[in-house]
Amino acid sequence: MPDPMKIRATLVGDSTEVKTIISHEMETGQRKDAQGKVVPAWFIQSITATYGGKTVLSAQWGPAIAKNPFLAFKFKGGAKGEKVQITWVDSRGEKRSDEAVIS
Amino acid sequence: MSMTRRKALKTGGGATLLSLLAAAGWLKPGDALAQAWNKSAFEAKSMDEAMKALGGNAPAQSKDITFVSTPDIAENGAVVPIGIASAIPKTESIAILIEKNPSTLTANFDIPPGTDPAISTRVKMAQTSNVYALVKADGKYYVASKEIKVTLGGCGG
Repeated sequence: MPDPMKIRATLVGDSTEVKTIISHEMETGQRKDAQGKVVPAWFIQSITATYGGKTVLSAQWGPAIAKNPFLAFKFKGGAKGEKVQITWVDSRGEKRSDEAVIS
Repeated sequence: MSMTRRKALKTGGGATLLSLLAAAGWLKPGDALAQAWNKSAFEAKSMDEAMKALGGNAPAQSKDITFVSTPDIAENGAVVPIGIASAIPKTESIAILIEKNPSTLTANFDIPPGTDPAISTRVKMAQTSNVYALVKADGKYYVASKEIKVTLGGCGG
């Protein structure tokens, strides 16, 4: 099981600001190890953020997103105490969901 | 507009269709996205190829797309902060393309209504390159670019 994400969701005015750091290697498939063998690509391909059962942001990523990806965005609405959930799926089919309470 | 199912899945229309299915509860969001991962676009080696695969042929230059807190010079190509904001009404998606990376397309964000058309993330850059922000708004494509100089590459090594 991959490490949990760090998610911070803050209510600013009438919008919710979401910032997250995901723990992931994001191997590009370009790098070679000490033996000169190519390290196979392994990266997050898709990520979805939902609030109240509704998708507030979704994205497809390539391997050029930096290691331990950072993502920030903002959506209208949200209420203190409610939860924002983020799910990602990587190129090995591994998956992780985490949620944060809006503060 | 007539689109075959296969074609629809490949382009932005596919993403919308899948998100509709997801909203209707037919598919879990994660599954829908995993299926829709746009392989041909992410494997494109040139700007033209990547734009074509995204369906954004000949996008119009736009001053309404801005780079926010994005450096002119990145000391470390492995972690380059990129922020893109679009002031174009009805922005549907924002894609980041890096011209001189091994694969041009870096990320494609779908912006549902109600979400600010502004995202920030961090990317890897192999070398000094132009970075393009491709915005789809109301079915049309717009683009803005910025050159980021890289002192130390982030791919390979």
